[in-house]
Amino acid sequence: MAEAQTQPRRPIESGTPDPFPHMHPTLRRNFGLWKYHDRPRPGVLHHVSHTGEEVWTVRAGTQRQMDLATIRSLCDIADEYADGYIRFTIRSNAEISVADESKVEPLIKALQQAGFPVGGTGPSVTMISHTQGWLHCDIPATDASGVVKALMDELHEEFINERMPNRVHITTSCCQINCGGQGDIAINIQHTKPPKIQHDQVANICERPSVVARCPVAAIRPAVVNGKPSLEVDESKCVACGACFPPCPPMQINDPEHSKLAIWVGGNHSNARGVPSFHKMVVAGLPNNPPRWPEVAEQVKKILYTYRDNARDYERVGEWIERIGWVRFFEMTGLPFTKHHIENWHGSRAKLNTSAHLRF
Amino acid sequence: MANKTYDTPKLDELESGPWPSFVTGLKRLAADKPMIAGVLGQLEQSYTDRKGYWKGGTVGVYGYGGGIIPRFTELKDADGEPQFPEAQEFHTMRFIPPAGMHYSTQTLRDICDMWEKHGSGLIALHGQTGDIMLQGTTADQVQECFDEFNEYGFDLGGAGPAVRTGMSCVGAARCEHSCCNEQKIHRMLINNFLDDMHRPSLPYKFKFKVSGCANDCMNAIERSDFAVIGTWRDAIEVDQSEVQAFVARKGRQYTIDNVITRCPSGALSLTDDDQLEIDNSSCVRCMHCINVMTKALSPGQERGVAILVGGKRTLRIGDLFGSVVVPFLPLRNHEDYERLLEIAQEVVDFFAENALEHERVGEMIERIGLPNFLEAVGLEVDPNMIREPRSISYVRMDDWDEQAEKWHQRQQESAAS
Ligand code: HEM
Ligand code: SF4
Ligand code: SF4
Ligand code: SF4
Ligand code: SF4
Repeated sequence: MAEAQTQPRRPIESGTPDPFPHMHPTLRRNFGLWKYHDRPRPGVLHHVSHTGEEVWTVRAGTQRQMDLATIRSLCDIADEYADGYIRFTIRSNAEISVADESKVEPLIKALQQAGFPVGGTGPSVTMISHTQGWLHCDIPATDASGVVKALMDELHEEFINERMPNRVHITTSCCQINCGGQGDIAINIQHTKPPKIQHDQVANICERPSVVARCPVAAIRPAVVNGKPSLEVDESKCVACGACFPPCPPMQINDPEHSKLAIWVGGNHSNARGVPSFHKMVVAGLPNNPPRWPEVAEQVKKILYTYRDNARDYERVGEWIERIGWVRFFEMTGLPFTKHHIENWHGSRAKLNTSAHLRF
Repeated sequence: MANKTYDTPKLDELESGPWPSFVTGLKRLAADKPMIAGVLGQLEQSYTDRKGYWKGGTVGVYGYGGGIIPRFTELKDADGEPQFPEAQEFHTMRFIPPAGMHYSTQTLRDICDMWEKHGSGLIALHGQTGDIMLQGTTADQVQECFDEFNEYGFDLGGAGPAVRTGMSCVGAARCEHSCCNEQKIHRMLINNFLDDMHRPSLPYKFKFKVSGCANDCMNAIERSDFAVIGTWRDAIEVDQSEVQAFVARKGRQYTIDNVITRCPSGALSLTDDDQLEIDNSSCVRCMHCINVMTKALSPGQERGVAILVGGKRTLRIGDLFGSVVVPFLPLRNHEDYERLLEIAQEVVDFFAENALEHERVGEMIERIGLPNFLEAVGLEVDPNMIREPRSISYVRMDDWDEQAEKWHQRQQESAAS
């Protein structure tokens, strides 16, 4: 320790590690040589190489926030069946690949026995990509891991089966910054009230000009309150975006009652058929109701099953709505359409109907 | 002596049900790690009050300006003492995983052992920007922990106004759609910008993501400032006997409804003897037909990447997609890779010098206009960059002839080469 104090260690700036030593040998040998794939059953991908080699990949859902025992149990399974290799997907699914077809069923059993659902391939509802929430972020209005656990319990059957028209990506986010990403269905919390300012703290904590500059609608002005420098908000302008809260925590935006969950649909990052799309808001005002958020699950399932029962093969949620139109979407789901569904931000007129194309 | 634990009736409800429960994991950790016992107490309080109780601060390692997300509890009693003293500090260290998120179990086990020693044992695989997030340690453990991971071969990722940890899809390692070497591109780009990752000094965050084809499994176009997407320039490869086998298996109507009419550019037709005709000059390389007929179709042979710059989510001016700044860059040899790096360097340098504080590169392009941006980073205009040409007439056109001449010259040069 004494050494460390006199001579601080310089970091090795190694950056992104080389994946090859971490890749299953069959993947390594056939890098860039894959010919085609199919899906023998939900949760299993079968890839065939131009070299004639084959690999079966079993995909399993995880809880993303994992304790040591959970990760070690995945390692045990990968050691026993897959020569000690594993990879993770962007949505926190674990993928274990085997080069021997006879190992697929035992591997599936082992994963299931250890508590990992097998699925998430093809036209299924795969694991929800999500954020930090109350467990770790400093600005969240709700939890993330808990919402996802509660929802995945409800959607478990859709994870282990492939019975959707196309794949369904769900995301959740614990503030409007939306770290969770775009989704066919996205569940994001929304603040609905302007920030409550603790005036006596602003001067100590906040750099006032930078907070003023953060507000996208110029609703914040410097002010003197009780003889101290503070800030004030023009509440009629405020869009309750929460952007002022990270640089100035005394501008408390989270509100146990008035921060509400909203559901968005039709976000899609694939370019297959249509171009990528952002998700659009369809439901708002759902209560932030831990530990199981039942009101949210109910609305998500309503949208999901309306999509499942009405979309055609290969249509993603957004493509289905594009075909049937928003009039029919609100009709079929029974969701209310309000003035708040109409965009009024930058570029909003591009989203209005400027044609005589009408649906009744 | 047994560790102190707190009652968590609300969190306990998240232990039932078929999906694996993070609460069960946290409880397992809490048996050995008082910090996690405290975190469970605080989280339960959040579930009761519907409020978060962490605040930020500054914690770092020697030589680096970012990569650690400090968390201190805000839950204090009347005397200012933390209500859950074990969880007074709960910092996250962001480490960069191997490209494509492949692991040998030996490595994962070593990570677990090191984190058991220095931290809480809670690991997120992975964050939404791809980091291994080691969640929960104290400021006095951070340096030692970093040193051990760093010697082992792991480096801290980005946080703050910095280049962030990159992401690449599984791609060539296990996907027949791959049009490029995602891992190589990913590592080359990120590892070139380590100084901008470790010593945050950009106007705001800058993210690189690499997807091997237009399916964009990494969500690069929407979620990164610099998206590299594999594509091809020549004709889709067709195995007509596999097309016939597909039609025989699925039927003509299915093929027409799900492949032919779904082509967004009307490039496909099915002949009377079940051959697929493709008008490749109309094809927009969307991947749909190739996704559906995995055996019969593959991307062409003249492969490379497209580059789209400026994707981001709402904050400030609203959601932005990345937009095309390079429609096609072949990656055949060392020089081509050097060119990719040079483009990235130009973009990051121009961003560093010209973006306003807290402005993403997409917002900067919106502010200054794409033509100015292209000129500044040394890229030529191309009709692939737009959906349609200008409709607004207010524009200075006095160098029109010069600009038209440039186009003709470039056309001649490319015809000659
Ligand atoms: C103030 C505290 C914040 C915390 C603690 C936080 C936390 C996180 C974390 C943990 C991730 C995943 C990171 C990783 O994988 O390495 C993330 C991703 C992300 N963050 Fe934040 N974030 C914060 C602020 C912001 C802000 C101000 C924005 C504004 C735009 C933002 C936008 C995003 C986005 C878009 C992603 C996902 C990126 C992607 O998918 O590539 N975050 N955030
Ligand atoms: S969505 Fe908001 S609250 Fe949630 S992790 Fe991201 S920044 Fe934090
Ligand atoms: S919440 Fe958003 S709109 Fe309201 S004052 Fe803060 S920054 Fe401005
Ligand atoms: S982006 Fe394309 S190449 Fe990469 S994994 Fe997805 S489908 Fe395969
Ligand atoms: S890749 Fe897309 S655009 Fe090209 S032919 Fe196939 S379906 Fe049509």
